[in-house]
Amino acid sequence: MQLAFTIIALLILAGATAAVALRNLVHCVLCLAVAFVGVAALFLLLGAEFVGLAQIMVYVGAVAILMVFALLLTRNADLPATGPLVSKSWLTGVSIAALVFGCLAIGILASGVGQAAPPSPQLSVRQIGEELMRNYVLPLEVLGVLLTVSMIGAVVIAMTDPKPD
Amino acid sequence: MLTLNHFLLLSAALFSVGLAGVLARRNAIVVLVGIELMLNAANLNFLAFWRFSKNPEPLAGVMFALFSIAVAAAEAAVGLALVIAIYRHCRTTNLDQVDSLKG
Repeated sequence: MQLAFTIIALLILAGATAAVALRNLVHCVLCLAVAFVGVAALFLLLGAEFVGLAQIMVYVGAVAILMVFALLLTRNADLPATGPLVSKSWLTGVSIAALVFGCLAIGILASGVGQAAPPSPQLSVRQIGEELMRNYVLPLEVLGVLLTVSMIGAVVIAMTDPKPD
Repeated sequence: MLTLNHFLLLSAALFSVGLAGVLARRNAIVVLVGIELMLNAANLNFLAFWRFSKNPEPLAGVMFALFSIAVAAAEAAVGLALVIAIYRHCRTTNLDQVDSLKG
């Protein structure tokens, strides 16, 4: 379990670092998909199989593909990818991120929450579905409204072209 | 022996990588990539705390992560639509050049 965690953690961190550091944007999105698959594997390791499968379907199947499409729609074919990769204030940004990680790590290590896991809870998809239809039915409906609104909003924002050329 | 600390540290590292991408990169789509990484770190934290707690309510963590994934999907769709709209308007996704409020 420790070995599996180490391998998956290295995969996630390598994929995430490549996703924000590579110059070719298509490679960035593909590395992002690798990081998503790693996170899904960690969800499986944690005993949340349904969330892991949902993660693969939503993130790898939808979000990464959506990003590739957005990338192709916004690509400047006449401008080659030259120029600096990072913004003018990149040093500040990276320092802030390192500082945040330092603070979080100190907090985590000082908090003393590193207990071992209790026995794994057994969850079936049937249980999750019944719970969604009973206790969580109102959040589920609100979520349906949210997804509909965001879908309509995304179509409206992306499709209106004030200056047809 | 895996403890909660391992997952929390990995999640903090993933969050920091995403934050560095958001703050340092010039391309708007890579900024969205960084935001997705940060959301994934949050989901990982939800499930790690669920797994390593005493589980007074056995399904709460799973439900939280599922709803969080769905909201993140809605966010990604709207964010990418905004990037496409900005590209239509400014002909660039370079955030250093998209700096005027009235263009």
